[in-house]
Amino acid sequence: MGDAFLAVLQVGDATLRVATPLIFCAMAGLLSERSGVIDISLEGKLLASAFAAGCIAAITGSAWLALMAGIAVSVSLAAIHAFACVTHRGNQVVSAVAINFMVSGLTVVLGNAWFRQGGQTPSLDATARFMPITLPLADTIRPVPVLGPIYAELISGHNLLVYVALAAVPLTWWVVNRTRFGLRLRAVGENPHAVDTAGISVTLLRYRAILIGGALVGIGGTYLAIAQNAAFGREMSAGQGYIALAAMIFGKWRPWQAMGACLMFGFLDAVTIRLQGYDIPGIGEIPVQFIQALPYVLTVVLLAGFIGTAMAPKAIGVPYVKER
Amino acid sequence: MSSSAPYVPLPRWVDVGVLPAINLCMALIASGLIVLLVGENPLEAVRWLLIGAFGYEEALGYTLYYTTNFIFTGLAVAVAFHAGLFNIGGEGQAYIGGLGVGLAFLAFDSILPGWLLVPIGIVAAGLFGAGWAFIPAWLQAYRGSHIVITTIMFNFIASALMVYLLVNVLIMPGQMSPETRPFAEAALLPQMHEVLGWFGIETARSPLNLSLVLALLASVGVWAFLWRTPWGYELRAAGQNPRAAVYAGIRTRRLIVTTMCISGMLAGLVAVNEIMGVQHRLILNFTAGTGFAGIAVALMGRNHPVGIILASFLFGVLYQGGAELAFELPRISREMTTAIQGLIILFSGALAYMMRGTLERAWRWLALRFGGVAVPAEGEDHG
Repeated sequence: MGDAFLAVLQVGDATLRVATPLIFCAMAGLLSERSGVIDISLEGKLLASAFAAGCIAAITGSAWLALMAGIAVSVSLAAIHAFACVTHRGNQVVSAVAINFMVSGLTVVLGNAWFRQGGQTPSLDATARFMPITLPLADTIRPVPVLGPIYAELISGHNLLVYVALAAVPLTWWVVNRTRFGLRLRAVGENPHAVDTAGISVTLLRYRAILIGGALVGIGGTYLAIAQNAAFGREMSAGQGYIALAAMIFGKWRPWQAMGACLMFGFLDAVTIRLQGYDIPGIGEIPVQFIQALPYVLTVVLLAGFIGTAMAPKAIGVPYVKER
Repeated sequence: MSSSAPYVPLPRWVDVGVLPAINLCMALIASGLIVLLVGENPLEAVRWLLIGAFGYEEALGYTLYYTTNFIFTGLAVAVAFHAGLFNIGGEGQAYIGGLGVGLAFLAFDSILPGWLLVPIGIVAAGLFGAGWAFIPAWLQAYRGSHIVITTIMFNFIASALMVYLLVNVLIMPGQMSPETRPFAEAALLPQMHEVLGWFGIETARSPLNLSLVLALLASVGVWAFLWRTPWGYELRAAGQNPRAAVYAGIRTRRLIVTTMCISGMLAGLVAVNEIMGVQHRLILNFTAGTGFAGIAVALMGRNHPVGIILASFLFGVLYQGGAELAFELPRISREMTTAIQGLIILFSGALAYMMRGTLERAWRWLALRFGGVAVPAEGEDHG
């Protein structure tokens, strides 16, 4: 019993670690898409900020400078996205695909040229990373049955950025649902003409949503390179930006639901490793690839309207043309 | 594609010729800056790129072999574009096209003669590619799910499916690497140097095979279909204005499904070049980003078959020359080509109309200064 309980806690622990970058990206995508701009460039921004953080941490040895670099690079890419599809009313999907391509190539080219380790950045010491934090009293409470291990194993012992991700969810919810900015943001994603008529700049609103999203993804990328791992590795985002996009859609463009989907996809990832080579009674061994494809399959099924309905913001993907 | 409507009539050659050329130049200048950033000379890089693509006997064969892939995926993206659909799923459709070839040959290559196997392989590649596009298309048409998102998801699902099949089911028994057994000689497409050899023309060995002919035929076919048939007309009409198309009696739902199937079929034909022409067995990841490159090719080629062939050739040069470049200048990696693709998509796609305003002003100035031509009065500023 004790062992099984501990195993459950460990899976929960792993789930949280895997879900963290997904949560950052999902919240970013949510802000952007609620304002009416499709964001497929989450993947590219995540990879770019991981690279920037890995580089700066290796050079300066400072995790905080690395975090700032990660955010700066991701925000710059977000600015390019906004410039192309808000200012120049370019196609939002095309712009995002361009960003993903550029980043996928540039991170390897620059990484190779600067560090000569096949696209990797040098591995980092503990001082240059965000290391696990033991929350107060974790060891004191540990012997308490049930609650003790939950606190000590599951809640305590993550690095700072995991807690930031968890805080980002209520914050996003509050901003979107309880502030004036959030109200306008939702309005501009549904009916930009109405917002414009009210004398509020559609352009400025969308820029702000995209740039704030960029900052969030930047934290997520930093987490990948210098908190979850000890260096940047080529293509280390490995499709997580797309999984986050799927999670956001799965969460029907709402913060809490999106976080739920991130945790679910994170959980699938966490159990994949444990299920490998393990026969489930009556079913047999589940292929790893099946579990890997499950988030995408579930999202398609959801989008097809077979599990409730997923309603995207009405004005999504449509560049706003001011009436003349 | 873009919502930026033309404001001032520019002559057609400026719009179709000069503007894309300027966009391409901006992408190449940006690429040059990256080369400078990693500490190499951009002109030196261009020299090695060209040597790699044309400089020795078999180089051109390799360049054209890559070109073949890009023509297929570029056409695939373009056909969907004309109907107002964005097919990002070319990568997955090409991959599943390979599955079609693999299954067909594993089943038949020992019992059927070559003259039957080759057409069967081509049809299987097209059918499987179309099938993989059919599901997202149907979901878009009848269930209202966004085709961009579903095709992205289908790329990942295709990838997982292929890994599963190759590792667990189709793998050649008694072998470690996940690939099928080699197919019978008769099932393979003739290499181009063999074909030219029949006519007494001596060329160097290269992966280039008869698929190039198929790609060119497909280009002609796409052109004829889009601009010379009622179906092509309906397709383009629906892409221009879906609502008007409905009022004109076009059955847009069915159109979405057929268009995407054609698009998926074209992407699937990549497998003809790769599996039947070069690899001769089904392997993992043989598409290697070709499907995604099709987006850049279609954007650069302005979704017209002629433009796509030209853009595909440029990308062929980039891929083949890029390998040489990475070999000669160790500070530049092979992935430079991916970055350049990204820049081309950015400047030729997302920012395609950024320079249009400037160009209009320049044209008006030139016309007034030298031509004495009446220029239409300037509308409102649209900055």
